[in-house]
Amino acid sequence: MTEIGRARLRSEDARLVTGRTRWTDNLTPAGTLHVAYLRSPHAHARIDRVDVEAAKGRPNVVAVLSGADLAAEQGALPCAWQVTEDMRLPAHPPMAVDEVRYAGEPVACVVARDRYSAVDALEDIDVDYTPLPVVVDMERAVQDGADLVHGDMGTNESYTWVFEQGDMDAAMRDAPVLLERRFVQQRLIPTAMEPRAVLCEPDGEDFTLHSATQIPHILRLMLSVVTEIPEHRIRVVAPDVGGGFGSKLQVYGEEVLALLLARRLGRPVKWTESRSEGNMAVHHGRDQIQRVALAADRDGRVRGLKVELLADMGAYLMLVTPGVPLLGAFMFPGIYKMDAYSFSCTGVFTNKTPTDAYRGAGRPEATFAIERLMDDLAAELGVDPIEVRRRNWITHEEFPYDSIAGLTYDTGNYEAATDKALALFGYDELRAEQDERRERRDPVQLGIGVSTYTEMCGLAPSRVLGSLAYGAGGWEHASVRVLPSGKVEVVTGSSAHGQGHETAWAQIASDRLGVPFEDVKVLHGDTAVAPKGMDTYGSRSLAVGGVALFRACDKVVEKARTIAAHLLEASEDDLEFGGGRFSVKGVEEAGLTIQEVTQAAFAAHNLPDGVEPSLDSDVTHDPENFSFPHGTHLCAVEVDTETGFTKIREYVAVDDVGTVVNPMIVEGQVHGGLAQGIAQALYEEAVYDADGNLTTTTMADYLLPSAADLPTFTTDRTETPAAGNPLGVKGVGEAGTIASTPAVVNAIVDALRPFGVRDVPMPCTPERVWTALREGGAR
Amino acid sequence: MIPPTFEYLRPESLGEALRMLPDAGEDAKVLAGGQSLMPLLRLRLAYPDTLVDLDRVAALREIRDDGDALVVGATATHHQVMNDPLVRRFAPLVAAATATVADPAVRHRGTFGGSLAHADPAGDLPAVALALDAVMLARSASGGDREIPARDFFVDWMTTALEPDELLTGVRLPKAGPGWGFHYEKFHRTAQAWAIVGVACAVRRVQGAVEDVRIGLTNMGSVPVRASAVEERLGGNALSDGALREASELAAEDTAPPADLHGSAEYRSHLARVLTRRALGAATAR
Amino acid sequence: MPRIRVEVDGETYEDDVEPRLLLVHYLRERLGKVGTPVGCDTTNCGACTVLLDGLSAKSCSVLAVQADGRSVTTVEGLSLDGAGDHPLQRAFHREHALQCGYCTPGMIIASLDLLRDNPDPSEAEVREGLEGNLCRCTGYQNIVRAVRGAAAEMRTREVAP
Repeated sequence: MTEIGRARLRSEDARLVTGRTRWTDNLTPAGTLHVAYLRSPHAHARIDRVDVEAAKGRPNVVAVLSGADLAAEQGALPCAWQVTEDMRLPAHPPMAVDEVRYAGEPVACVVARDRYSAVDALEDIDVDYTPLPVVVDMERAVQDGADLVHGDMGTNESYTWVFEQGDMDAAMRDAPVLLERRFVQQRLIPTAMEPRAVLCEPDGEDFTLHSATQIPHILRLMLSVVTEIPEHRIRVVAPDVGGGFGSKLQVYGEEVLALLLARRLGRPVKWTESRSEGNMAVHHGRDQIQRVALAADRDGRVRGLKVELLADMGAYLMLVTPGVPLLGAFMFPGIYKMDAYSFSCTGVFTNKTPTDAYRGAGRPEATFAIERLMDDLAAELGVDPIEVRRRNWITHEEFPYDSIAGLTYDTGNYEAATDKALALFGYDELRAEQDERRERRDPVQLGIGVSTYTEMCGLAPSRVLGSLAYGAGGWEHASVRVLPSGKVEVVTGSSAHGQGHETAWAQIASDRLGVPFEDVKVLHGDTAVAPKGMDTYGSRSLAVGGVALFRACDKVVEKARTIAAHLLEASEDDLEFGGGRFSVKGVEEAGLTIQEVTQAAFAAHNLPDGVEPSLDSDVTHDPENFSFPHGTHLCAVEVDTETGFTKIREYVAVDDVGTVVNPMIVEGQVHGGLAQGIAQALYEEAVYDADGNLTTTTMADYLLPSAADLPTFTTDRTETPAAGNPLGVKGVGEAGTIASTPAVVNAIVDALRPFGVRDVPMPCTPERVWTALREGGAR
Repeated sequence: MIPPTFEYLRPESLGEALRMLPDAGEDAKVLAGGQSLMPLLRLRLAYPDTLVDLDRVAALREIRDDGDALVVGATATHHQVMNDPLVRRFAPLVAAATATVADPAVRHRGTFGGSLAHADPAGDLPAVALALDAVMLARSASGGDREIPARDFFVDWMTTALEPDELLTGVRLPKAGPGWGFHYEKFHRTAQAWAIVGVACAVRRVQGAVEDVRIGLTNMGSVPVRASAVEERLGGNALSDGALREASELAAEDTAPPADLHGSAEYRSHLARVLTRRALGAATAR
Repeated sequence: MPRIRVEVDGETYEDDVEPRLLLVHYLRERLGKVGTPVGCDTTNCGACTVLLDGLSAKSCSVLAVQADGRSVTTVEGLSLDGAGDHPLQRAFHREHALQCGYCTPGMIIASLDLLRDNPDPSEAEVREGLEGNLCRCTGYQNIVRAVRGAAAEMRTREVAP
């Protein structure tokens, strides 16, 4: 059985199910000091004075430092994405020095011999603040005379980025159907189960920093830029990392400060966040106000789509903050053909926690808008929502297809995925039940929501990133080392935090090299072990890192082929490689296993001229294009019209993520993605009050779904290989999240259309559904 | 986060506990299961000087038959209460509502008396105690025993009629006789979220008429409240869907529901009406 | 400082502890039993779930002094050789019921508690029974399947001689 496509159980699990894990907080070298942060209780205030003297006198306290104390060395946290030339990029000190701009911003820290003492001493730090006007609402923030987050900037606008294609005036002029909508993508808190943690150990001029991060390589470079500690003196390790979802794709102040404190104190320094401080201090996701207009003909053909965004940056621009909504710019047209498309996005500063990537990063927001519009278009025309999509989507014969947003979709088959989903869902039966419930005025109404999505992943072709002014490339690195005994070490620059790379990468190497799965060990997540990499985010690992490994394996095989041909005294062209063995065509018994070739390469007694000893390879793979997973998701909800409560009755997801390396892992990614997308639709929202205080600081208020709140999903796949890489893979990490949010909201609105309801803002809480019903009924 | 420092006392008997309480002072807290108190300590929303841990006072854990009533010891855990044969038989509303409190692990630690003494109007059990006309049994070293009816026990938001040196030792629940039906209708956004509104009701029917009806509302004010207008409208009348519907419309009368993240006051009032109708329907379905 | 005596995963420990020391910190920082992680401050996430005298409890909301004289079982104690050979551990692996694995120790312990109470739970009963344990990766579907699979195995094992 070939390894690619096989539901291998995961190599990672043994340590995780027995508790023998290496979470960063598990590591406490002898002499470790513990850090606790004092955070601003104000959303916006001037810091007049920070008095740390009393705190310094507390038992077990080693140091107490304010932002001012570290001002000379702490630098500014980086933003790697200058999206426009005139983008306003405020300085962002790891600890605030003279002004705080969001509640939860670090103001001072205590370093103590134990965590309890550190937290106790925070209460003895005395800070005088002068409150300043607070900017909470984006739409007010961009009006003339608005209060300012950064007084010296004279505006709350960071940038405006535009894209236009086609003749929008022609598309909109006399359009028989014009839908104009305002959608709000509420602010979310990523909430990886493992809170952030960082440990920095000094060793002379060298520093080893363990962090619960998705990006050990980017972090290492950025720490060096920020602190001016030379890059080669910093080793970053991402040990077991308990989920990220984008929230650990960041260079956090606490990471920079761990390094500075370890240098200053000459001892290991550790910080682990509590959930309630994390909710304020981990970057948030989403938070856009979308004004969209869709023009269509009477037969449902889309003419044009106009998108105007306000994107909440929060108080500062972090690693890729300004670029996140722009990833959506390419996805608003979705799978549809149209004549004109325009997009503009203004990044707005507010006195809130900075936003940045959260699972999907820009694409869920875009997909939500277009898929909500397509359902509304169907309703407007009295056409089935599937039919309206059929009339507009790119047919499978039309690939490769240049989208109106400037992307080239390589492959896809929207018809096949949709047909499969409809059959699994029992679409016609559910529609019949819906009619029946409407007829007898059942207090519990049924709604059906459709989402036919595509997304761009496999981030990213470096040249494209360059054209978007991103500060780095999008390649990935892999090394393959065949050890003298024939066992294999694979080194990948893409470090997993739950995705199962140790298993899937071993499958690829096993398949390509013809060695047993058990003979492959995957190494990652340590810059001393895996020195090159661009890390894990944007559903890129397999499509870029997996392809790097695929190519590195093939490179090893090619080198082995040269050696084998030499040893067998045959021509390379006459050698066949299969099942881990080179054989001479037509002479079955004449052959060498890859292990035998490895021994020869190790001994190097008899190698062809010019061939170096040992069997290994390195590949840095830069993709030529993005990849474009797609699929059709169908959701049926039961809405209690008396209480407003929504229950998901059926959920079918048919995804096309290209070739599948491990179907078990792929299905798991889809399940988890669905849960997070559904949670945006129904449960989650970071709520700020008028003073800029986050009111959802705990899990008692920021509601995450438990097993009791979610349905059993029906998942299936179609498999249209990607054309842009030799594995045919696309990426699956974010698909479920991107597709599911609009499917759920479409279903709720579908249930309530007879009551005059056209939209329900997210999250669609029972109260919001009830309010929409009252307002709809009054209309 | 990390709790602040406190003194810790662990009496071995009720008498010792009662002697310790006055000395522990105004800022002492009684620790039962700790499932409400520990989060408050960890978030540093409470700074007690002293915790008096009742864990070793075994007598407070008992659930016993007391003639026409049950007495549930204050530190009987939720897990114990909801599985107790006496409670299931004679106070099924308590068993049913307790099963909706938090989750299994919290129910293993959290206690019946602790939930009542915590007096969070969003908690499920205060409204149940109120609906059942439960009587709180309190004791102090100085004042001896005191019986406090549930309606007098909940004084204000997270405030009870207990004196600082007084301990809730148990709760007397009248036994349900024939003809009674019960239901607790809890409405929350996710399984582990607090109730936005809850309705606890007890109805006794005699030959198709509502002989006695008691309704306690969760999270419809700073304390749990009785839906008195509904009780008055229904009491003594023939039971019908129309009568339930009409009476339930009065469920929010004389309430002052809070407005917070999870619901406006207006929405809570609406829910109280809908859920009261459903709770009454379920309680009278048999 | 109170002195406590606690049995953890079959070994007895005696220590002086500050009254405010949380059980989970006692396990992690004093005993080095870091298999039980912390995920929140408010008893919501359940990552820190252990058995306390055989019943599940969230060790972040129990004081170490409250465990005095009691026995604690963590995920590390389920299979004493650390091989992950408890039916629940095997089922979580077999059904791909974990991704990042941070919730897994608590999820397994909560599942063990659930199966003690109800050896043959329906899907809905598993979902209800695990409402106090949050997972951000799996969408719970495979966890539910794993728990029911382990339950079946554990039932067979019990009837076997």
